[in-house]
Amino acid sequence: MSYEIVARPHQQNFIDWAKDKPEVLVLSADLTNSCEVGKWRDTYPDRFFSMGMAEQNMLGFAAGLAREGFEPWLHTFSVFLYRRPLDQLQMSIAYPALKVRLVGFLPGIMTPGGVTHQAIEDIAVIRAIPNMTILEVGDATEVESVLDVAHAVDGPVYIRMLRGEVSRIFPKNEPFVLNAARILSTGSDITLLTSGVMTEEALRAIPLMQERGVSISHLHVSTLKPFTDPRIVAALKSAKYGVITMENHSIIGGLGSAVAEVMAERGIGVPLQRIGLADTYAHGASQKFLMSEYEIDAAALVKRVESALGRKLNIHETELQEQRSVSLHSSAKAEAL
Amino acid sequence: MERRKEPDMSDRAKEVVQIEKIARGIRERVLAHSLANNGGYMSQACSSAELLGALYGSILNFSDVKEPIDPPSFIGVPEVGVHTYKTGAQFHGEPGPKFDRLISSPAHYALVIYAALIETGRLREDGLEHFNRDGSTVEMIGAEHSPGFETTTGSLAQALSQAGGIALARKIRNESGRTWVFMSDGEFQEGQTYEALQAAKFHGLDKLRVIVDVNMNQCDGPMDTVMTIEPLADRIKAFGWNVTVVDGHDIPAILGAAEVETNNPHMILCYTDPVRGLPILAERAPVLHYLRFTGSEERARYEMAYQEMIK
Repeated sequence: MSYEIVARPHQQNFIDWAKDKPEVLVLSADLTNSCEVGKWRDTYPDRFFSMGMAEQNMLGFAAGLAREGFEPWLHTFSVFLYRRPLDQLQMSIAYPALKVRLVGFLPGIMTPGGVTHQAIEDIAVIRAIPNMTILEVGDATEVESVLDVAHAVDGPVYIRMLRGEVSRIFPKNEPFVLNAARILSTGSDITLLTSGVMTEEALRAIPLMQERGVSISHLHVSTLKPFTDPRIVAALKSAKYGVITMENHSIIGGLGSAVAEVMAERGIGVPLQRIGLADTYAHGASQKFLMSEYEIDAAALVKRVESALGRKLNIHETELQEQRSVSLHSSAKAEAL
Repeated sequence: MERRKEPDMSDRAKEVVQIEKIARGIRERVLAHSLANNGGYMSQACSSAELLGALYGSILNFSDVKEPIDPPSFIGVPEVGVHTYKTGAQFHGEPGPKFDRLISSPAHYALVIYAALIETGRLREDGLEHFNRDGSTVEMIGAEHSPGFETTTGSLAQALSQAGGIALARKIRNESGRTWVFMSDGEFQEGQTYEALQAAKFHGLDKLRVIVDVNMNQCDGPMDTVMTIEPLADRIKAFGWNVTVVDGHDIPAILGAAEVETNNPHMILCYTDPVRGLPILAERAPVLHYLRFTGSEERARYEMAYQEMIK
């Protein structure tokens, strides 16, 4: 399977989208071009505010602007939106339920920047904060259409955003819908829920498994909070042998935990396997290398399905390689930050 | 015959008398409340009575309230999509482009702020009966539903950034009103304060005004034993701010500092005495942060001090 590769889908789309929305401002903390808003700044210089490398204060300014009716869209790396300024996120923004949009780049292990730049527990932390909405995009269509979704939420929104070369997996006319998973395949043996870039990774293995007679329900989840989508409940109930979650995040507190909560509350009694960082930090290396090292790739998914079914599928690594559509961490983005 | 125009001192003198009365009322109310409830943030009332009296009594250009407001009951925390919630800014009157705003940062000064609101006819006198009562908005540590508060700043040093955002929004809209922030000196130990100082200067927030109760005391005791912040004025000036240092009990000096014309954000450092007006409080040194009577004997002595105060 091969997808169209879109270069920097956020960059121009965000400029076009913001044109007739004078209340939309951008606040940036010295990662403006790294978050693809350099051109936005040059297009709307009166609506762009450089806040320097000072995120605690940036979140406070955003809160004040939002109280006055503006809609600040903060652009920086995910880690700098919730780790350093967690108290400010909670007391200045989340408690008063202000319309601040936190656009977090480099979620999970998508950066060779190492542990300081890898937001591996952001969903876990932010999911526990009342009034927050959490969105995660999985392709170029979602990068483009997440703007309308976030804009419509009457409270604070955290977005796990993608930059650079992004595959278009979902048709342009099928935009991101809040709290509605995309059903990518239906089946009865295994229910697989994937989020973010893990969806594309899983799609490398799924056709090979289906060819070998595995019946898989595959859902792409792009709203992590709220987590009340009836399609997800129905898919979990339909799994005969087990449920698997796959996320670019720690297995604690993210998609896997959210699914575990739903299964426990609904009394859905099949085994759950969570693919993700198994309660470990990562390190600075390429995305492909890290996904393999920490067993959060297509090969790992095949193993988990085999374990759930209790039989070997005999899928060779070279078959999975042939399915790869994107050169992960390509040289096109040589500058790591 | 042309009369030489004298500067009209009588209005200013009247103003000072009025503020002195407010300041006295603040100390009396906080002491009376502490006596009735076996404790309170007393030293904060002693240090900031003139400062808050000058703010609420003269400096702040607020719209009037029709009559002293009865503090509402707590109706719930803010929720996404729920807009029934009113902040404590309603006690500051209807906001508008030409009016000032006041964001109070040290939320533990709540009792003192409530007393100032009563003294200036914005909060009903019996409002303090709800103080620290279950289901009331008149909370011990003020939050944005509490009278006189519009942000939630009990986790200190977040107000200046939020006020910076408000001042920036007002600058974008070309509003003439000033955005005031009341701060405590302990907050100059937090890094975020300095982030906010640099951002306010960088973004040219010339209508941002900060007034600080520099009482040189914090929870653990005198600040120079906990973590010194001096030379405070030099530090703030180094960030490009305009700074005026005054005796925080000298009302004309505070009023004069508030009138300074500047193209920069402006800070007034009010150096204060945390036992001013209640000398008996000095016996509790070095820790003055919160007054809780050690027993009936101490309480009786404070009762005598109160009788002396209201004479």
